[in-house]
Amino acid sequence: MKRQPIIAILVTLMALGLGAIGQATPSATIVIKNARIVPITAPDIERGTVVIRNGRIAAVGAHVSIPGRARIIDARGLAVYPGMIDSGTRLGLVEIGAVRATIDTTELGEFNPHMRAIIAIHPESELIPVARVNGITTVVSKPSGGIFSGQAALINLDGWTWEEMELKAPVGIVFNYPSIRSGRFFDFSTFQFKERSYQKAKKERDEKLKKIRKLLDDARAYAKAKEARATDPSLPPLKTDHVLEALIPVIRGEWPFIVEANLERDIKSAIAFAEEQNVRIVLSGGADAWKVASLLKEKNIPVILGPILRLPQREDEPYDQPFTTAKTLYEAGVLFAFQTNDAANVRNLPYHAAMCVAYGLPREEALKALTINPAKIWGVADMVGSIEVGKLANIVVWDGDPLEIRSQVKYLFIKGRQIPLTTKHTELYERYRNRPE
Amino acid sequence: MKTLHRLGTIVVGLMLVSLAQAEGRSSGQTILIRNATIMTVTKGTIKNGSILIRDGKIAAVGKRVRAPADAQVIDATGKYVIPGIIDCHSHIAVDGGVNEGSLAVTAMVRIEDVLDPTDINIYRDLAGGVTTANILHGSANPIGGQNAVIKLRWGKTAKEMLFEGAPPGIKFALGENPKRSNFSPPPGTPRRFPATRMGVEYVIREALTEAREYMRKWDAYRQKVAARNGDRNDLIPPKRDLKLEALAEVLRGERLVHAHCYRADEILMLIRLAEEFGFQIATFQHVLEGYKVAKEIAAHGAGASTFSDWWAYKVEAYDAIPYNAAIMTRKGVVVSLNSDSAELARRLNLEAAKAIKYGGLTEDEALALVTINPAKQLHIDDRVGSIEVGKDADLVIFSGHPFSVYSIVEKVFIDGQIYFDREADLARRAEIEKEKETLKEQLKSKEKPKKKTEEPSEKPTGR
Repeated sequence: MKRQPIIAILVTLMALGLGAIGQATPSATIVIKNARIVPITAPDIERGTVVIRNGRIAAVGAHVSIPGRARIIDARGLAVYPGMIDSGTRLGLVEIGAVRATIDTTELGEFNPHMRAIIAIHPESELIPVARVNGITTVVSKPSGGIFSGQAALINLDGWTWEEMELKAPVGIVFNYPSIRSGRFFDFSTFQFKERSYQKAKKERDEKLKKIRKLLDDARAYAKAKEARATDPSLPPLKTDHVLEALIPVIRGEWPFIVEANLERDIKSAIAFAEEQNVRIVLSGGADAWKVASLLKEKNIPVILGPILRLPQREDEPYDQPFTTAKTLYEAGVLFAFQTNDAANVRNLPYHAAMCVAYGLPREEALKALTINPAKIWGVADMVGSIEVGKLANIVVWDGDPLEIRSQVKYLFIKGRQIPLTTKHTELYERYRNRPE
Repeated sequence: MKTLHRLGTIVVGLMLVSLAQAEGRSSGQTILIRNATIMTVTKGTIKNGSILIRDGKIAAVGKRVRAPADAQVIDATGKYVIPGIIDCHSHIAVDGGVNEGSLAVTAMVRIEDVLDPTDINIYRDLAGGVTTANILHGSANPIGGQNAVIKLRWGKTAKEMLFEGAPPGIKFALGENPKRSNFSPPPGTPRRFPATRMGVEYVIREALTEAREYMRKWDAYRQKVAARNGDRNDLIPPKRDLKLEALAEVLRGERLVHAHCYRADEILMLIRLAEEFGFQIATFQHVLEGYKVAKEIAAHGAGASTFSDWWAYKVEAYDAIPYNAAIMTRKGVVVSLNSDSAELARRLNLEAAKAIKYGGLTEDEALALVTINPAKQLHIDDRVGSIEVGKDADLVIFSGHPFSVYSIVEKVFIDGQIYFDREADLARRAEIEKEKETLKEQLKSKEKPKKKTEEPSEKPTGR
């Protein structure tokens, strides 16, 4: 009986609009009951309850006692899933693709390991709500361009500032692995097609690798000098070098290189290079990963696969090759996650995974690759990626299968905060569908 | 009587021609697809239904269909059949560039002249259920080149791919692309007029004015010839201009205008300009802000061919919403969803499903977006776009509901012939691999040892 007034207040707030609920403090207790729960890391619960308290999952199960003073959501007929994770995007770093003023992905120069994506995330980007209302709660936002593009950030898609959005930053340094680009290519400086021989292209690639090796050697020497100076203050002080500074966590194995590579020979070369340099890598892109699946497994290299919705790499590849690569990786035992490599279309992440299911990947493996697998790869499996007690309440309530296009999100929580399901798109929709005849 | 006789000869002649075409197209085989869920688009959905294909056409559709004993039977238990998908905006099968961007008005150039029937994207899109595509010139010019409507008859020649009888069309373009605000021209090239939306309108207006004068000159000439009972002696015809001739066809309503556009203001501008010149726009392409002027588009009678959910890639796409197709449909516009991409074309059925998610269209309304509606927009709906008796047997068999992400295309028919068969494709793969290995071996044995490289060089994919 004591609960009654609180519920009445909450009902009033709901009547005033979800926006008001959206502003509710994360400390409020929310109970989602009578739902089908898909925890990912445990068997599905046909009819159960999830309790959210202080922004975290406080309880989950078929028989959970419902706490007093809680807001109750009756989710009969609905399904509760963890928020999805897109492991490669430009969200927050780009607004309008054609307008340079709105793009902050690509710094000048080849070696920018010290550039930090997290501090350039624009929390008011209109692209962020559009992505999250389709169940994507967490993304990796990454810089691009050059050889070392910068430090990628793992962010939750809610927060007043980038600090509040940060889940973990950095999660790695983006490394565009130099490719051997032989054959015909378009030269933008002269606006003409040109031809480059394999030998010449390989030489150019090897020159780049030489530069990278030298930089990593310098970083090791720099780290050693720093250590020496720390133990022996009589040594001369070291001039700070921000580039080398940023590479120290990589050579110590604390951060991985997020290696962008798609061609088989580049992937193989990158794996050999990582071994030689004794650094950790996560393969990103991986269009040809199906050709080297056993090697990836043997070397224990996780793969961020995607985008899936793209054409085959070569004319003579099977028409469905991009859709079957995930199945090949799964069968080889490779740990993989999905990425859209996009900003405006991050909302379509589940359909990249779904296409792999249509072409043979077990559905539960596709769900893992959208949730717990990326959480493991980015070292945040204790915080996100499944519905487990103690994890952040990044929770999506669906009226159907999240991989099916026709399914709708009914409730959305990020760190326990209920997010209004409105976007720039829903606002324009409401305005113009009601334009007088 | 003489005229009537002549007419009769023409009719018989035409019948012979179409018969010959039918002969050429179909294998003459009779096929029965049975036990399928048939989504006809225009006549509802039939469970456990059958389709009889004869001479490349749909001969019968329904719950009970009588088939001749020699008919080839395809059992489609648990499967779905829909009409072949029509992509109203595509650039596949074009040899080289799609833009003749050197002039602001290039009504004289034709996609038909540069069709490449060996483009692998024809096969890839076919494997996604596309049977007809509107191959358009690019959007660099306020008035671009002439399009070509094709059927994806993979393995046939460019000429055989042309959709026989489809009315001719032309590309117009408004906004950022023709004003060239999103890229820098190659060094040393001067800027091209126009550079604003004002200039785009003027360029189109000027070209249409010129075309109207050209048309009048020719009309006057023809009248004179007619007045003399066809005697051309002593009459000098006006100089033929291929650019103005195409635009005169637009003014006469004989050539369909497919206008690339984004913002509401430019859509409205072209509607008013077309009305002033007395013709109708066939389709607005992209038309991402169509939802803002849906009632004006509907009143003009133009179709709208849009994306399901692409947005924010440029300023004029920043107000794009995935509800666009649904709003325009509700306001009475004939709407289609297109790909503008060889990749996206492979899953237009799923793009249609998005119009259910965003805006709540019915299944039939959504499926119409990629079948009968684009057929109407291209004025080929008497031939394709729905499963009805007498129409071309362009059909797609899906493993499950075409709006489910888990369904895949199994077979695609064009004119009653199988042009894509997943089973056959899978069966052929080992053979292709073997052939590739043999070729590699032959190459290796030809190579001089010193030329050998440690890694095999990749075949360049782009053209």
